[in-house]
Amino acid sequence: MTQVVAADRPPAVTSRPRRGRSLRARKRWTVLLFLSPWIIGFVVFILYPMVSSLYFSFTKYDLLGQPQWVGLANYQAMFTRDSMFWISVRNTFWVVLIMVPIDVVFGMGVAWILTRPRRGSSVYRTIYYLPAMVPTVAAALGFLFVLSPDGPVNSILAHLGVPANKVPLWFADPTWAKPSLLLLSMWAIGNTMIIFLAAMLDVPTHLYEAAEIEGAGGWAKFRHITLPTISPVIFFSLVIGVIYGFQYFTEAYVVSTSSAAGEQGASSALGNPENSLMFYGTWLYQQGFSYFHMGYASAMAWVLFLVIMVCTFVLVRTSGRWVHYGGAIR
Amino acid sequence: MWGTNNGRRALIAAAVLTVGLTACTAGGGTASSPTTLNPTASQPPTTINVWGAFQGREAKIVQASLDALHVKYPWLTATYVPSKTDADIAKAIASGTPPDVVMVQSPDNVAKFCSTGAWQDLTPYLSAAKLDKTKIFPPAALSYTSYQDDQCSLPVLTDAFGLYYNKDLLARAGYTSPPKTYSELSAMAKKLTQRSSDGTIDVAGFVPTLGKMYEINNLYYGKWSDAAWYDSAGKSVVNTDPNWKSLLEWDKSLTDWYGYDNLTRWYAPFADNEWDAGNAFEQGKVAMMMDGEWRTAFFAADGSNVNYGTAPFPVPDNMKSRYGVGMIGGTVAGIPRGAKNGAASWLVLQDLTMNTKTLNALADDLKNVPSTYAALKATTLGQDPKFKVFMDIFQNPNSGFKQLSPQGQADVDLFAQFIAQWQQGKVSDLQQGLDDVAQQIDDLQNVG
Repeated sequence: MTQVVAADRPPAVTSRPRRGRSLRARKRWTVLLFLSPWIIGFVVFILYPMVSSLYFSFTKYDLLGQPQWVGLANYQAMFTRDSMFWISVRNTFWVVLIMVPIDVVFGMGVAWILTRPRRGSSVYRTIYYLPAMVPTVAAALGFLFVLSPDGPVNSILAHLGVPANKVPLWFADPTWAKPSLLLLSMWAIGNTMIIFLAAMLDVPTHLYEAAEIEGAGGWAKFRHITLPTISPVIFFSLVIGVIYGFQYFTEAYVVSTSSAAGEQGASSALGNPENSLMFYGTWLYQQGFSYFHMGYASAMAWVLFLVIMVCTFVLVRTSGRWVHYGGAIR
Repeated sequence: MWGTNNGRRALIAAAVLTVGLTACTAGGGTASSPTTLNPTASQPPTTINVWGAFQGREAKIVQASLDALHVKYPWLTATYVPSKTDADIAKAIASGTPPDVVMVQSPDNVAKFCSTGAWQDLTPYLSAAKLDKTKIFPPAALSYTSYQDDQCSLPVLTDAFGLYYNKDLLARAGYTSPPKTYSELSAMAKKLTQRSSDGTIDVAGFVPTLGKMYEINNLYYGKWSDAAWYDSAGKSVVNTDPNWKSLLEWDKSLTDWYGYDNLTRWYAPFADNEWDAGNAFEQGKVAMMMDGEWRTAFFAADGSNVNYGTAPFPVPDNMKSRYGVGMIGGTVAGIPRGAKNGAASWLVLQDLTMNTKTLNALADDLKNVPSTYAALKATTLGQDPKFKVFMDIFQNPNSGFKQLSPQGQADVDLFAQFIAQWQQGKVSDLQQGLDDVAQQIDDLQNVG
């Protein structure tokens, strides 16, 4: 009976799916095996820290003891009681709304100028790109020297007849501190400039020729041909710039901690002079690593993450109105 | 089916995550129970890592002291690891891999280290060694090394703050001695100030303004004004202690006399020169300033020819009897939670904090004030009358650090931000501002 039953069972019907399933499983495991370095890296270095920081953001956690659940207290304190939080937000928006657009326009302008020379263009491009190769910390320290109250720039201004009591104090003056950082970022514009330059050199010349035949001048050609063609690069620079702007840290940290000018007498020099350089990232750092307010710092990190997400989403959603991809697949 | 399997998976994931989060927070094991050992007897070779913020020349000095300990006890090797911040130490303790001995350069976080048990209470070690801390350390040093009877750290040298004055500038203005009260300080500062024809400051008499003189922030720890930070319940009293208001009103009147913007422009060229010969005091650009005892060594190293004297910093006019008091604070050392070699760690800590020879070798090199009675008695630093002033300030019974708080330096920073706003003229109602800042300091206890 057993044999009959066994003989009656159509072997092909039972073995095929089994072989197919095992093949699929083997494929799945092979894919997983090849993906595993990334998966492990993602889980260990991104997912776990993110989930941990989300949990810590609802706790009072000083690194030294156990986290104590405080619910939304960190978030409430941030928005209602922390005056420095709002100062840091204001300074960070200055970076995002003023520094980033100026950098993009400046990078675009420099790139456009660099498309003009008929001879020696590679030399000019190298010269303009070189500052971008200087490490950020070194560049910030260099600017601290150049823009020091009795530094080379002020010496030149004095020679030009600017009275000693009128020369800017740059990083020592809260009014001039952020514009000084802007000068630093414009000086190191090479990376932005180089992608604009590549995009501009990629604009088909026949479009310009056609426009010229139609009588278009320089501005009209730039407005109606160059700008639309390089709009994907403008969009890219804006998105990257906004994300970078919200996370602005290194230059402000180096300038504040390396210059005693304007120090508030606080135990930490971050934000000096007079909190004009206290950005979101520096305040978050101070909360976490000077005050050991890891829960609060985690809450700040999550708010920053959400704000960046929203801003990037808005930029992406509105890009359809002004970014032209020239028929390429988006 | 989806609900069942995925629900189970989600539950397992949540459980794993919770266990993971719990396991990965504030690790570090338990405090080592104090054991004693006979260092002169044969012991297995032991290496002790000492973490601290000293670097460069200062790190070499500490290592030399540790090397001397190795000569004394060949089985014990102590290695100094430089450039370690409070945050580095906290991370090492939290991860369960702490060093054996830790040193931090300021007492700001002592209350945090004590109250969380991150640094072990040293009382059992002191008891086991039959040591009476009150007979070893002056009260000023003990004021910043313990919190709520938890003696989790001990001092390694200390700093004392007082007044430096330029004798030539004072003599030129007709003064033969430094000021002893705030009103004398104000009057002398005004007379000593020299302005250019356009009204800008050429030489400042004395600058009380936060951020406009190198070490003036120490004035706002409140020691000279006997101003309190907290009441016995741990609530901020910066708004109710009248001494704060008096101090802030005094400093504002002097700041206004100079003009805040004038001070900004005067200070800017010297701001980055605190640690070199371009120092405003060395350049004769300020007649009097608050500073620590170590500045005497810097002036000597710079080969400065400024003719200066030192004295205790003035006190409020209604507190003349407190003259001689000062702000004290310095490096503290302890044994972290989870340290594996408790007895050997204690031996190293004891040497760093109580061995007169070690302390005075460090004090001579660093030009800091020795932190024990024995070392104070034995040191030759006091032969310099300029330095002796600071040794006396240290031993004044009213001297000390500010009241410690588990908030670390956050309360000082909050208050400093407010004072800066006040001095800039951005606070219209001082009492209201003090009420706000007191509330913010209290709020620190609920978040973090």
